[in-house]
Amino acid sequence: MNTFLTLLLNGISLGAIYALIALGFTVIFKASEVVSFMQGSLLLFGAYTIARLNASMGFLPALVIGVLATAAVGLLVERLLIDRLRGTAVITLAIMTIGVDIILLTELTRRIGSDILNVGHPWGGEFVQIGGVGITQNRLYAMLVAAVLVSAFFAAFKFSSWGVAMRASAEDGETAALMGIKRGRVSAVAWIIGAGLAAVAGLFLVGSPTPGVAPGVHAVALRAFPAAILGGLDSTGGAIVGGMIIGIAEAMAAGYQDQLLFLGRGFGDVVPYVVMILVLLVRPSGLFGTKELTRV
Amino acid sequence: MSDTRTADPVQSTTASAAASPAWRRLVTLRNGLLLVALVLLLIAPLFVEEFWLRSGFAAMGAIIGAIGLNLLVGTTGQLSLAHAFFLAVGALTYVYVSGEPGGGVTAYGGLGLPPIIGMILGVLLAGVAGLLFSPVAARLRGIYLGVASLGLVFIGQHVLNTWTSVTGGFNGRGTPNFSLFGFEFSGENPDLYVLNVPFDAAERLWYLGLVLAVAAYVFAKNLLRSRPGRALQTLRDSEVAASVMGVDVQRYKARVFLVSSMYAGLAGVLYALSIGSVAPESFALDLSVLYLAMIVLGGLGSVGGAAVGAVFVTALPLAFQEYAGSLPLVSEPGQGGVSAGQAARMLFGLAIILIVMFEPAGLAGIAQRFRRRRGMPDEPSVPPEGSSPLTTPAQGSTT
Repeated sequence: MNTFLTLLLNGISLGAIYALIALGFTVIFKASEVVSFMQGSLLLFGAYTIARLNASMGFLPALVIGVLATAAVGLLVERLLIDRLRGTAVITLAIMTIGVDIILLTELTRRIGSDILNVGHPWGGEFVQIGGVGITQNRLYAMLVAAVLVSAFFAAFKFSSWGVAMRASAEDGETAALMGIKRGRVSAVAWIIGAGLAAVAGLFLVGSPTPGVAPGVHAVALRAFPAAILGGLDSTGGAIVGGMIIGIAEAMAAGYQDQLLFLGRGFGDVVPYVVMILVLLVRPSGLFGTKELTRV
Repeated sequence: MSDTRTADPVQSTTASAAASPAWRRLVTLRNGLLLVALVLLLIAPLFVEEFWLRSGFAAMGAIIGAIGLNLLVGTTGQLSLAHAFFLAVGALTYVYVSGEPGGGVTAYGGLGLPPIIGMILGVLLAGVAGLLFSPVAARLRGIYLGVASLGLVFIGQHVLNTWTSVTGGFNGRGTPNFSLFGFEFSGENPDLYVLNVPFDAAERLWYLGLVLAVAAYVFAKNLLRSRPGRALQTLRDSEVAASVMGVDVQRYKARVFLVSSMYAGLAGVLYALSIGSVAPESFALDLSVLYLAMIVLGGLGSVGGAAVGAVFVTALPLAFQEYAGSLPLVSEPGQGGVSAGQAARMLFGLAIILIVMFEPAGLAGIAQRFRRRRGMPDEPSVPPEGSSPLTTPAQGSTT
């Protein structure tokens, strides 16, 4: 039972990280109709910047600058590329973000080389015991920070004028534009948020029990994709639920590896994709996604 | 090919009467150029170095794969990142069916059947894999399909690493030589000399690749001009319009997946032959992204474009490697600068962005613009401007 609870808790904490990334996907998709395939490299960029700056200026300034720099990259991509192609097919824009992703990832991989950089979190990798259930400090903080950020996001989404503008333009872009909502600004803010969330997720994803900043983190971040799709790409709540489902499923599969040995070692890594395909078979637009209606 | 175009009454009436003789001359010029190119490709093994022949063989495999992916993504508008997976199915079937059992640390099996059977089975099984995935594919639209197909690549990687009795596990296994009725293509039996040039593995594989690539090209060209081809293009432009016109949307989606993955299967077999061994990491997401780069650069929906894109994407890293010393910014490996492979990757990324922004129809679009200026008729398979998959307005929006 204790193993189960430990795995559950670890799954939830992993899910919280996935939820942050998935929320970024969703926000960007809602505001600018772009499926950003570059969240993985944005995350790596954030983690890399924090790790590099940490050596010279200490953790907190490095963290702030790292998150801001990642957000700036997101903003830059939106202004320079996405904004000019407004109204093009979703697939086209997705392919373009793959192009950006190739460039960013190649450059970061080159810079990281074969080293494993350490972010130097002020918290260590010690285990915290909560009623007989263990979790690393890093993952515990990840959960707390994710909870705070997600609630802040939902509050802003519901009450701030940006949130209203975004919901309006996601509901009906043309009408929103006619009502005086600047879609460009909504989309720019969404990219800032999406990139910033990726950087924060990166901070925790490269902490223990993961060894450090390595190009492989990019592939881990891609597993947030199933999370976003599973919940429904245009549902912010769905991103959180999807992240949790994926996180827990992955932790369980990794934890009960010995019982699942007939599926092969490291099955946990592909569980997110298996779960996603199974869910999509039943619900083609995710659990909470808007069903596509075709009007003729 | 162009004979049918000259005979097509619709197109000759659309070309203005004054321009008609001019483009007639150009069509024959084009034919002549194609003929010269084909002859050059046929006699290339007589004077081209072995390294470039081997690269050429790799490029021909890539051409087949890219044409297949373009049928799916460019012609039908179904974004797929799973191409690496289908390549893996083809390659593995070939090495398992035609390979002998062996292996050191991880033992693997093999059926040892004639290579041609392995190749055919590889193509068929890749098609079956495509059909198995098509229930998912047919239900999903646009971007959901893109991400679901991403999953296939990772699941495929896991299977490759796990199912060691077939795949050889992490280290992979060697590719059996290809031979046909006792004539070895990747060996030297029987000895063969043409004009005093020894025809070894590289030369023989070159011809094998050339024949298969030309066949794949002609088949795709014909497919696009036929009734199913038109149906697929309608499907891309509007699923609703297609179904109103009597196109069975689900069936056609399943079929195009089948055809595209069979192309991928054949490309996988050639890929395995060209790199000489099959390891899981050869079929990672990178490979899918490279194939996507090929068709975007070449031009979505254009068969010739896919071929040109495939050659470009395959040749660029090799050319960078060859001339690393004389290029600015690119350095020899291990010197800390940008290596040849990395420089090529960055260039692909940049090229994708630029193509999407400025010339959504890719290299084929540039060629078409050139032809238009000369008053020549459009390539039938290239969608007219405004209906290319990159310029159609968003359909998959879920608002």
